[in-house]
Amino acid sequence: MNAIITHDTEVKFRPSGAGRASLFKRTGAVASASRPPSGDTKMERPVTSADLDRTSDDMSDLLVRVAQQDLMAFRAVFDHFAPRLKAFLMGQGTNPQMSEEVVQETMVKVWRKADQYEPARAAASTWIFTIARNLRIDHIRKANRPEPDMDDPAFVPEPEPLATETISRAQDAAQLHAAMSELSEDQRAVLQLAYFEEKAHPEIAETLGIPLGTVKSRIRLAMKNIRSKIGDSQ
Amino acid sequence: MNISHHPGDELLLDYAAGSLAESWSLAVAVHLALCPACRRTVADMEAVGGQMLVAAVPVMVDDDLFASVIAAADAEPEDSIAAQPLADSLDPDPVLPEPLRSYVCGDADTLEWQRLGLGAYQLLIPTGDDGTTARLLRIPAGRPVPTHSHGGLELTLVLSGAFSDSTGTYGRGDLQEADESIDHQPHAAPGEDCICLAVTDAPLRFKSFAARMVQPLIGI
Repeated sequence: MNAIITHDTEVKFRPSGAGRASLFKRTGAVASASRPPSGDTKMERPVTSADLDRTSDDMSDLLVRVAQQDLMAFRAVFDHFAPRLKAFLMGQGTNPQMSEEVVQETMVKVWRKADQYEPARAAASTWIFTIARNLRIDHIRKANRPEPDMDDPAFVPEPEPLATETISRAQDAAQLHAAMSELSEDQRAVLQLAYFEEKAHPEIAETLGIPLGTVKSRIRLAMKNIRSKIGDSQ
Repeated sequence: MNISHHPGDELLLDYAAGSLAESWSLAVAVHLALCPACRRTVADMEAVGGQMLVAAVPVMVDDDLFASVIAAADAEPEDSIAAQPLADSLDPDPVLPEPLRSYVCGDADTLEWQRLGLGAYQLLIPTGDDGTTARLLRIPAGRPVPTHSHGGLELTLVLSGAFSDSTGTYGRGDLQEADESIDHQPHAAPGEDCICLAVTDAPLRFKSFAARMVQPLIGI
């Protein structure tokens, strides 16, 4: 679980943000400085399935430390996610400058809201994805995103505390990655268009030149395959 | 609550990926407030989105971006606590779940319903979308909704009472997706008025002469 190597001695830190550290209220958690997970800043290295469990757990642990205002942990999260967020947003047709603005706002929110992150419920990547998605809707589409409010008396809670079949938890990252890599080309293509090009399913049908019903069945099959593979392995 | 009619995976995926327009998202969000099973599906789809993000080939960011993040985090005030959506928060059992109450600024019994005729009422819901219409409909218990077909997609989410048509019976939390292929005659179930959230991307086409006469006047 805890793949992060912690050091009692001081660890060298990249200078571009360190000078600002004093601006933040520091807590005791900072006293034990730790090294960002190795590999996170090597952008040329592709993510492999074998890395994913470790990276995902690392990122969850780091976010927990970000909640304690640990600036080094935040730098590691930034180095891992900011270049990917930028790529993701540019894939959705946002220009590089605008993408960096959304990346910036996303990371500001990660810093501020990290105390709301629940490692047992979602991988770090899931949580950060939802923050970036909502900011993009807000700032680029200039639209509202209606969402349920779990504090609302009309909100119907889970019958059980945490469903076992959910694939959202951090430790399932590698399983999810494997399940996604086993999808058919057709199924992968619709997911790519949905997430990377922000196309709603009627636009996916138009882009691929296939009937709407075919898009629907591919989406349903893709999700069914993903969920069944995750379910099988538990 | 026993929900038997759920949104299709493609609608949930559009919502999870962030590509669904606001009006449709409103219907999905209200269904999610009432349906833990679909919330789990959306959570899974968000996990897929997280994996897509991790798998993205990284693009160099500006050298100063981290410093900008730190400066922005330090400069801007903390988000203020969101204001409570009006004085309905004391109601232990509202008919309209959030985020719907915030959209209409009240619950079902406090709204200024607009008369539709034949005992039915509606309330138009403002959203940022062009080309779609979101409204609350209140159909008296046991009465038919005027026969209509659709020029496009219609999502109908039941919030109180129930309605039935050739495709089944829909109660609180059930969501019906109807398109131009469905020519249906929904009836509100007896006993309780049926209140539902209806989102359309084209005006409904009513069949009866009387309904057509009033259609331009009432904006349905």
